[in-house]
Amino acid sequence: MTRSTGSGASVRSRARRSRALGRLVFLGPGLTYLIVLLLIPLALLISFTVFRRGRFGGIVYELTAENFTRLFDPLYLGVVIGSLRLAAIATLIALLVGYPTAYLIAQLPQKWKTIALVAIVLPFWTNFLVRIYAWIILLSGPGLVNSTLMDLGLIDKPLELLYNQGTIVTGLVYSYLPLMVLPLYAAIEKLDPQLREASANLGAGPVRTFASVTLPLTLPGVLTGCLFVFVPSFGNFIIPELLGGGRSIMVGNLIRDQFLKSRDWPFGSTLALALIAVLIVLLLAQAWSARRA
Amino acid sequence: MLKITGVSRRFGDVTALSDVSLEIRQGEFFALLGPSGCGKTTLLRILAGFESPDEGTVTLDGDDLLGQAAHRRPVNLMFQSYALFPHMTVAKNVAYGLERERLGRAEVRGRVDEVLQKVGLETMAGRRPHQLSGGQRQRVALARAIVKRPRLLLLDEPLSALDKKVRAEMQLELKRLQNEVGITFVVVTHDQEEAMSLADRIAVFNAGGVEQVDAPVELYEHPRTPFVAGFVGANNIFEGRACSAGLAGEELGILPGDSGLPDGTPALLAVRPERIRLDGEDKGVLGGEVVDVSFYGGISHVSVQVSGRRQPVLVATQGATQVQTGSKVALGWAEGDGVLIPQ
Repeated sequence: MTRSTGSGASVRSRARRSRALGRLVFLGPGLTYLIVLLLIPLALLISFTVFRRGRFGGIVYELTAENFTRLFDPLYLGVVIGSLRLAAIATLIALLVGYPTAYLIAQLPQKWKTIALVAIVLPFWTNFLVRIYAWIILLSGPGLVNSTLMDLGLIDKPLELLYNQGTIVTGLVYSYLPLMVLPLYAAIEKLDPQLREASANLGAGPVRTFASVTLPLTLPGVLTGCLFVFVPSFGNFIIPELLGGGRSIMVGNLIRDQFLKSRDWPFGSTLALALIAVLIVLLLAQAWSARRA
Repeated sequence: MLKITGVSRRFGDVTALSDVSLEIRQGEFFALLGPSGCGKTTLLRILAGFESPDEGTVTLDGDDLLGQAAHRRPVNLMFQSYALFPHMTVAKNVAYGLERERLGRAEVRGRVDEVLQKVGLETMAGRRPHQLSGGQRQRVALARAIVKRPRLLLLDEPLSALDKKVRAEMQLELKRLQNEVGITFVVVTHDQEEAMSLADRIAVFNAGGVEQVDAPVELYEHPRTPFVAGFVGANNIFEGRACSAGLAGEELGILPGDSGLPDGTPALLAVRPERIRLDGEDKGVLGGEVVDVSFYGGISHVSVQVSGRRQPVLVATQGATQVQTGSKVALGWAEGDGVLIPQ
């Protein structure tokens, strides 16, 4: 009796050990990747925020709160708020364009759905920088848009289409629209078409049906799409650099400049931390509302 | 009240409905019965406004129905899947249709409470659909459809998602409700027992057309087409030609039947299993050997192999039977129990 329980226990503990080993084998690579490439750099970045800058870059290990007070300097705060604004506008436009697109794709016959979805992700097959440069060619003074408008006689001299905030928003919407369409499509596709019929049957017109049934039931998709567009837009520095004329308009450029031009690693880290904090708050808000929906 | 005239609908090469005409009376419980794919659901969707016919007209109390958008029709549909709004409570689901009518808040509440009470769900008003059982969801769907007091209520396979016991309960309840609210009900079903027990009249559909429209008893006793004879209830069907005494079969001889057909018309003779007597060895019109006996509690089914006929003849008897597999029996039935159907 005692013997048998004893051996049973040892069999069980051996089984437990081999299960733990199995987990380690599967989790190991991913965990290593996360620790080495995400957690350690993040810890370094956070630790930099409380030290002084070195004269030629790097860190001087003297504690200070100066970096955080500088964050609230109107100059920098303005850049953060300006980035929030541009990212929000880009997200809103992407939603207004993306929702009808996703809705129409969801109504297509199965064969065409696949083709349409491939078309949506097709731009990702081309290099991001190349696509942004293409916009410069399109929008520049002698570019395609201006020359067409001039040929049509609609304008006398080229419009200044490049290097303003509108160009940045255009670039952001263009780049991240697929990330809006895909989650929206998933949410709309999942919606039982009979619910819309039931709504109509109960006397609701198309607008009322959209507001009371379709939109509330696809809200999780809307939030996911908005997050997918907002997050890369907010911290973006390539698009404002190339399409915005290289001025530090968005927080991404500011951070890049702190590290590469001003050589102020601690303040760059602080700005980066502020950006991460804003995004975490947004992610939590999204998770909370998705759970309620 | 509801008049359907010459309605046809094709989907590509498939004809879902061909030249369907029906007249449904005020306050009637009407069933559209047929196998799946026979077009009955298409007709229901046309009435609800989700589908348009290629030809034909539909009028409700004399008003053209087809010209009205789905959300303007005084017709409500109870969906087969119930299609309850998952993000709304039971009360909100039921109130949805009333809120579209711009009624006062107090009246909406009053009517919602009243109808929830009627279907026995007054304690569930605050629940979401996923917190309810199948039978409760079905009742919410019904409440949501009748709360608008439509002139016509359509029910698409209303009980198919329920298990057998709940289904029997809900059948009674549906019938009671229909009596109470006095709305004309049109129910689509493939379940003939459901149609028989619920409906005042039944239209049997087959391949996009109406085969027969009759009261349940009439439909069962006097099927008028070969399809109805085979589809509604169990039947023993014999082939042959009509004669004065019934049907002259090629190999089976004269079989008794209630013939109103001219002599020599190619015809089918249908005899219900429960109308056939097992008379022992020599009396009767057909002789055969018992190949199977199944006891179902209230009744027993006896299969009799008759020479000259491929399929065994099915006989239903009350309670348990004394007949055993392998014994020789003679089968007989009264002339009035053999129904002749022209082929």
